[in-house]
Amino acid sequence: MAVSVIVPRALTPYTRGVGTLVVDEPCSTVGDALAAIATRLPALTDRVLTEQGEIRRHVNVFVGDESVRFLDGLETKVESGTVITIVPAVSGG
Amino acid sequence: MLLVGTTKGAFFFTSDAKRKKWKMDGPHFPGESVYSVAYDSRGGRTRTFMGTQSSHFGGTIRVSDDFGKSWVGPERQAVRFPEGSGLSLAGVWQIMPGRPDEPDVVRCGVEPACLFESRDGGESWEPVKGLLEHEHRPRWQPGGGGLCLHTIVMDPKDRKRMGIAISTAGFYRTDDGGKSWRPRNDGVRAVFLPNKYPEFGQCVHKVVNHPAKPERLFLQNHWGLYRSDDWGDSWQDIANGVPSDFGFAMVTNPNDADTVYIIPLQSDQFRIVPEAKLRVYRTRDAGASWEPLASGLPQENAFECVLRDGMAADALDPAGIYFGTRGGKLYGSADDGDSWTEIADALPPICCVKAAVVER
Repeated sequence: MAVSVIVPRALTPYTRGVGTLVVDEPCSTVGDALAAIATRLPALTDRVLTEQGEIRRHVNVFVGDESVRFLDGLETKVESGTVITIVPAVSGG
Repeated sequence: MLLVGTTKGAFFFTSDAKRKKWKMDGPHFPGESVYSVAYDSRGGRTRTFMGTQSSHFGGTIRVSDDFGKSWVGPERQAVRFPEGSGLSLAGVWQIMPGRPDEPDVVRCGVEPACLFESRDGGESWEPVKGLLEHEHRPRWQPGGGGLCLHTIVMDPKDRKRMGIAISTAGFYRTDDGGKSWRPRNDGVRAVFLPNKYPEFGQCVHKVVNHPAKPERLFLQNHWGLYRSDDWGDSWQDIANGVPSDFGFAMVTNPNDADTVYIIPLQSDQFRIVPEAKLRVYRTRDAGASWEPLASGLPQENAFECVLRDGMAADALDPAGIYFGTRGGKLYGSADDGDSWTEIADALPPICCVKAAVVER
C-alpha cells in the first residue's frame, strides 16, 4: 500500500483535476511524501509550502485526524496506508 | 484602460478617449487580493501583469496578453527568495516595466522588502542581490502593511540609476545598476522614532518623478510632504496649504512635470480624508502651493481612504486622473482633475489603480 494525499478542490487545477494523490515512492515522513509529489506536481507543493520549505501559515496538513503542527511538522512519520489531508485554514476576510 | 486591484480580485475598466462611459470586466482571480497591476506596451506588447495573493496558497504574478481573456501561469511561484535566505514571498506590491530601451526588463517590489528583476518580459525573476543582502536589512522594520518594497522610481536618462522606497526603511538609490544602494533620506522626518531624522528607517509611503525631470522627486511620507531636486540627496518640506501632510497616494501629471496630485488623510490614527470631504489636492508649481479639487466628489460623510497605489494618471491631454478608495468607489477625471465622476461605486476595497492608453 501507499500513502494517500487528499487535496482541497481549490488546488485541483494543479493536480490535473485529481482530488486524491497516491504516493508510491518510499517515504517515511510527511515531508518525504510532499517531496515525492513535488517532483511531478511542483505547482501544487508551491501552494502548500513556502520557498523555504515551510508549511504555509494558512494551510493545514493533517495525518489522519491530527494536524502535523501538533505532531512533528514535516517530520511527522507516515507509513503505508497513511492518509495525509491538505486543508485551507479557517481564515480569510 | 484602467487596471484596478482589490482585496477580492481585479477588474478592467475600458472607455474611449472621451473617458465618460466605462465598461467593467471582472473580477479576475476572485477571492485573491491584488496589490499590484501593470500594463506593458513596449515592443508592441499588450501585456498585463497582476500580482495576486491567496491568503492560503501564497502569491505570484499572473500575465495576460489579451486584456484578461486568458491568463498564463506561471504555475510555479516565479518570484521566490533563494533557498537559505530565510525569506518567503508574502506579496507583490509593485510591478514596473523597465525603460523603453530595455524592453524585456520588468521589475517588481515585494514583501518582505526586496526588488526582483526579470529579463525575459516577466517569465522568470531574480532578486537584486544588492538589496537582498543589504547591510541595513536586519534593522528594517515592517510598517502596518508589512515590510514591503512598494515603490520603484526610474531615471530614463541613466540606466544605472534607480530609486526604491520601503516601509519602513525609507528611500534608497542606486547609481550602479543595483549593485549598491544608499539611503537618501536627509531631511525626511520619522515622527515615530526618538531620532526624528535618521539615516534610514523613515516610513516613506510613495515617491514619484516625471520622466522629463527625473532628478526631481516628490515624496509622500508617514507625516510629511517633500520634494528633492537632486535625486534624493536632500529633501525640502512642501506641505504648503494642505489640510494634512499625512497620506499615501501620489501621482504626477504625464503632461506637466510641475503638476502632482495627492489625497491627504486626517492622521495616522484616523486614516480618513479630512472632515470626511473627499478632496484631491493638486500642485501646478512643484509643491509651492496646493489647491483642493472637489468638483463631483462627495463633500460630506465621505469616510474614505486611498492607499499608496490607489491613484493613477493616463497620458492623454488633458490627463485623466483616477483613484479608488478602500470603500470600493472608483472616481475619474478627464480634465486634469478639475472635475470628477464616479466610475464604480461598490467594488471590494481598492488596493491599486493603474491607467494605460491602448489603441484598439
